[in-house]
Amino acid sequence: MPKQINVALIGNPNTGKTSVFNALTGLNQKVGNYPGITVEKKEGVCKLPRGVKAHIIDLPGTYSLNASSLDESVVIELLLNKNDKDYPDVAVVITDVENLKRNLLIYTQIKDLEIPTILVINMSDRMAYKGISLDIEKLEAQLDTKIALISTRKKQGVDNLKDLISNYQNLSIEPCLSTQDIDIDYFKGLKKAFPNQSLYKLWLVITQDVNFGKISRNTIKDTSSFKTKKDSDLKRLQQKETIKRYQFINNVLKEGQTIDLKTAKDLRIKLDRILTHKVWGYLIFGIILLTIFQAIYDWSSVPMDFIDNAFASLSDWTKNTLPAGAFTNLLAEGIISGLGGIVIFIPQIAFLFLFIAVLEESGYMSRVVFLMDRIMRRFGLSGKSVVPLISGTACAIPAIMATRNIESWKERLITILVTPFTTCSARLPVYLIIISLVIPEGRFFGLSYQALTLMLLYLIGFGAAVGSAWILNKILKIKSRKFFVVEMPNYKLPLFKNVALTVLEKTKSFIFGAGKIILAISIVLWFLASYGPGTEFNNAEEIVTEQYASNNLSQIELEQKIASHKLEHSFIGIAGHAIEPAIRPLGYDWKIGIAIVSSFAAREVFVGTLATIYSVGSDQEATIKNRMAAEVNPILGGPLFNLASGISLLLFYAFAMQCMSTLAIVKRETNSWKWPILQLTIMTAIAYIVAFIAYQFLK
Amino acid sequence: MTLAELKRGQNAIITDVSSKKIPLKLLEMGCLPGNSVELVQVAPFSDPMYLNINGTHLAIRKETAIHILIETNDA
Repeated sequence: MPKQINVALIGNPNTGKTSVFNALTGLNQKVGNYPGITVEKKEGVCKLPRGVKAHIIDLPGTYSLNASSLDESVVIELLLNKNDKDYPDVAVVITDVENLKRNLLIYTQIKDLEIPTILVINMSDRMAYKGISLDIEKLEAQLDTKIALISTRKKQGVDNLKDLISNYQNLSIEPCLSTQDIDIDYFKGLKKAFPNQSLYKLWLVITQDVNFGKISRNTIKDTSSFKTKKDSDLKRLQQKETIKRYQFINNVLKEGQTIDLKTAKDLRIKLDRILTHKVWGYLIFGIILLTIFQAIYDWSSVPMDFIDNAFASLSDWTKNTLPAGAFTNLLAEGIISGLGGIVIFIPQIAFLFLFIAVLEESGYMSRVVFLMDRIMRRFGLSGKSVVPLISGTACAIPAIMATRNIESWKERLITILVTPFTTCSARLPVYLIIISLVIPEGRFFGLSYQALTLMLLYLIGFGAAVGSAWILNKILKIKSRKFFVVEMPNYKLPLFKNVALTVLEKTKSFIFGAGKIILAISIVLWFLASYGPGTEFNNAEEIVTEQYASNNLSQIELEQKIASHKLEHSFIGIAGHAIEPAIRPLGYDWKIGIAIVSSFAAREVFVGTLATIYSVGSDQEATIKNRMAAEVNPILGGPLFNLASGISLLLFYAFAMQCMSTLAIVKRETNSWKWPILQLTIMTAIAYIVAFIAYQFLK
Repeated sequence: MTLAELKRGQNAIITDVSSKKIPLKLLEMGCLPGNSVELVQVAPFSDPMYLNINGTHLAIRKETAIHILIETNDA
């Protein structure tokens, strides 16, 4: 039987670690979560020479073994726990040839853990460009390891790496330098107190809050030979240790690396002069944003219409082909249209992540963070909040997941809490239909009122996010380490394979993560709308037929009246009636109430629900629009959808937290129900108050 | 002087880093006494600062930069 070995890929961010992972595993990879936390766990399988199979884990990028974020602590926890099923048989440290000095720091730390370690020097195709030459033999000797010089871009050296991995037993497990002389007495005492433990592991446990095996930080206490130290002293020692490691690395590179600055070219300086410029930088960022919006709203409408029609016909086909009955209805109206509601977002999500992946891979995203940090900080946010806020215009779910690299917990929490205010794509269908109903056609300086209203709604969403961030920043009393370091990586042409895999993986995680919830709620909603208590619901057919006996209705019209009557007396209809007193001051009737309640599954359900309520057979917007325009306010008379109730409804949708899936993600990311519940309460309250004022003022 | 006072395009050597105020992560990215530092670019209001420390390009806020002491080469 072939043996399977565990391989861990470790390295700084921006070293092309993921490219190496993709080159080794191809499509044989899966992305999950580490148990209990939401850090992504990427693993895959790679066939090595001589029938050895390697299980490869792509650990989160980290600058050192001293963790400063959740992602980074995953790395150290795995490497300190020999009993973990993923504990590596061999560690592969990935470095970038242009940043060897800094990238080697973590290599020296991994070597101290006494794990067989291979050093990968990636992006070798850049060496000539940068005037770098390496003496591999000398480096191997000094660093006490085997080196694979590879270029994932040119597909060079990957086989050599596979060869080295399969021969991992020949690798040295000795540290490459001794750091204990930063405080000889301290480490001597430590050794005496814990004679069976690796000193470096003990040191890691002492300096951070990680437990491994039976030893936790608390068990390391004073003994006769060992005295614990104050935190400030420990920090000073860590600084000494880091200096010591860099001294070693400098000496190694002095002999093993030569850089001919005369032949080195620097694209970075030229690009940065424009891209981080005080004027051009912002202008270019604005143009890029506009392009992204254009893609999300315009280009993706073609595949979205196609998906919409395909699911509608599939639903019809199911209804007409399968024998009539409750099961067929559940399948056609509950499950298939529920699935359609998930699949329809794929084009937008794929486009969004295509752009984000390209911007991140190219190194541009760090420049955006740099440009925006000062502005965002005024509102209690970080430059790194820009990415989530942009992503939020597609969908809050991936946006909230994108907050993970914000170091300060307070800034991250505020970003999570305010992101749902940004106008996500699910609000768009609601906005479009109501705007076309209540906003008059006409132009103002060549711009249509309707388009201006839509733009205003986007600005309101963004303004609400930033404004509430400002307030939260004043209210929330959270002490968190406040620092901000962002690496400005080299500009690179994005690798097609990396971008494609990111888009694929993010889309998949949306479908299976959020999709499950949307599908479940669609089924529940279908059930609530299709069943009801009492005779009014169960005898709807007879009641309606009798009522309209003299009106000479066509068969289709009669069926629509029956469906409408059924819905009014279904469970969800009863719920709509129940909340009517609460929403009447906003200008809504019970039918809109139902639509709002069912919008909780996903906002765009609003249009579909109204379609069912107004007993319009098809989902075509024009027909619903005509029907809605004809709807009469039961109390005041006049059209139900007038300027007052329309604006009130638009504002309600702009502010309300009507998305189960977002709440679920917020719960997961903040690890507490407190924040999503607070978010739900406050956002709904704001929505209600604003809609109330708008309606009372305009009516 | 502190790193916050460095001008765009100017070079300096880091002389001292307050280990209490500066996160270890920044030290590990090369922000250590003896290393060279260049101010590559500044955002409006000179904050954040885009630095080249010992070959590593990174951006930090001014509030962090005031805890890093430097000596300019021409001084």
